[in-house]
Amino acid sequence: MGYQAVVIGASTGSFQALKIILPYLSSDFSLPVIIVVHRHRHSNTNFEHQLSQFSSIQVLQAEPQLPISGPSIFVAPPNYHLLIEEGRTFSLSLEKPVHFARPSIDITFETAAQVYGSGLIGVILTGANEDGSYGLTEIKKKGGVTIVQSPESAAVSEMPTAAINRSAPHKVLAVEEIGPFLNTLDS
Amino acid sequence: MDENDIIEIDLIIQAIHLKYGYDFRGYSKASIRRRITNMLTKAGFDTYASMLHALLIDETLFNSLLKEITVNVTNMFRDPEVYRAIRQTVLPALKGRSPLKVWNAGCSTGEEAYSIAILLSEAQLFPVYQIYATDIDEQVLKEAKDGIYDLKKIKDFTSNYQLSGGLESFSDYFTAKYDHARISQQFREQVVFFNHNLVTDSTFNEIDLILCRNVLIYFGSELQNRVFKLFWESLSPGGILCLGSKETIMFSDFADRFEALDPTNKLYRKK
Repeated sequence: MGYQAVVIGASTGSFQALKIILPYLSSDFSLPVIIVVHRHRHSNTNFEHQLSQFSSIQVLQAEPQLPISGPSIFVAPPNYHLLIEEGRTFSLSLEKPVHFARPSIDITFETAAQVYGSGLIGVILTGANEDGSYGLTEIKKKGGVTIVQSPESAAVSEMPTAAINRSAPHKVLAVEEIGPFLNTLDS
Repeated sequence: MDENDIIEIDLIIQAIHLKYGYDFRGYSKASIRRRITNMLTKAGFDTYASMLHALLIDETLFNSLLKEITVNVTNMFRDPEVYRAIRQTVLPALKGRSPLKVWNAGCSTGEEAYSIAILLSEAQLFPVYQIYATDIDEQVLKEAKDGIYDLKKIKDFTSNYQLSGGLESFSDYFTAKYDHARISQQFREQVVFFNHNLVTDSTFNEIDLILCRNVLIYFGSELQNRVFKLFWESLSPGGILCLGSKETIMFSDFADRFEALDPTNKLYRKK
């Protein structure tokens, strides 16, 4: 069985990075893409709508009970942790922030690794925080593929650097190489 | 969490049910397992198996850790726009009910129940009303009854109150002492706090307005259906259900038994 889902975690600078990555994914990119970005808790800007402007895949906000299937891009809502459940649906939680972040990339990545095992692709992008490095390690431990944006190509390098140091990912790629690489994994 | 951890965590969930009657088996799995993990960290056990044993023989330990499983994040006038909608749409729609009965299910430390008490007092639409507020955790119920909040939180409460359309002097509703503020006796007398478990208990009264916000996000779909049934049975004809901002009745078996009164603010009316 091939890959079944992609999880992407990003913080500061995420919009610019996603703006480069997502247009590479064609409308028949079959894997569901789950994106966790740190946003202000009262953020009212419609991030999903903004992403949909340059993506040929539909962009939805992740909702509890929503079945996770592609082609779709799901974005974690602000102020809730996003978890992946066994039945391949989402659940939300208001537990306290992890690394000052809610949603926490670690929580989504860890629960996704639990469900998808070696069928998961994890990607850490730009950010000023170490969130995600634990989650990426969990993905690798379960046999999934791990990708980190190269710190030189990141708007803020802390998050990719922390992820590289902690998880020794399979690939460290410049931001414009990530989309094409994801395409090669979608069989 | 490896495969064995998951087996042991699920055994803890079973054990808590058998020993103490709290049934977390229908909760969203990934979410409840994570919170059991938090419990392990908090209590300082090395293995789930050792925590399982300790929980079985030590009820005090169990009670002290229950808070780790039930998420107690709340606020007064949380999501102010929802309270604005309750002020402007819901209460006028329920005018004439006497006594008006409100149930805050999963009340945690009481902030939302007291918010409703304040709304009802300001609205002056109902000569008689009763607010019931329930939770499964005795410890938070006790805190709710005391109605004492950290002074630091009052600033947040006040801003939410004003955003919800409140026009009174909010600080008049509290008595401040040192670094705490206590909600006035008037409101404490209007709310009856008691233990009720949405998973296992049944309806206890006919209710006109149910607020159950950010409780169902932790429940699996089967359990959600059980709770929607309980709410449907408890609501009076035309009674209103208010859910949390990421919760909906629309994917449930009860979708067609409610009409959306204000879907943005998650307000549903019993058909």
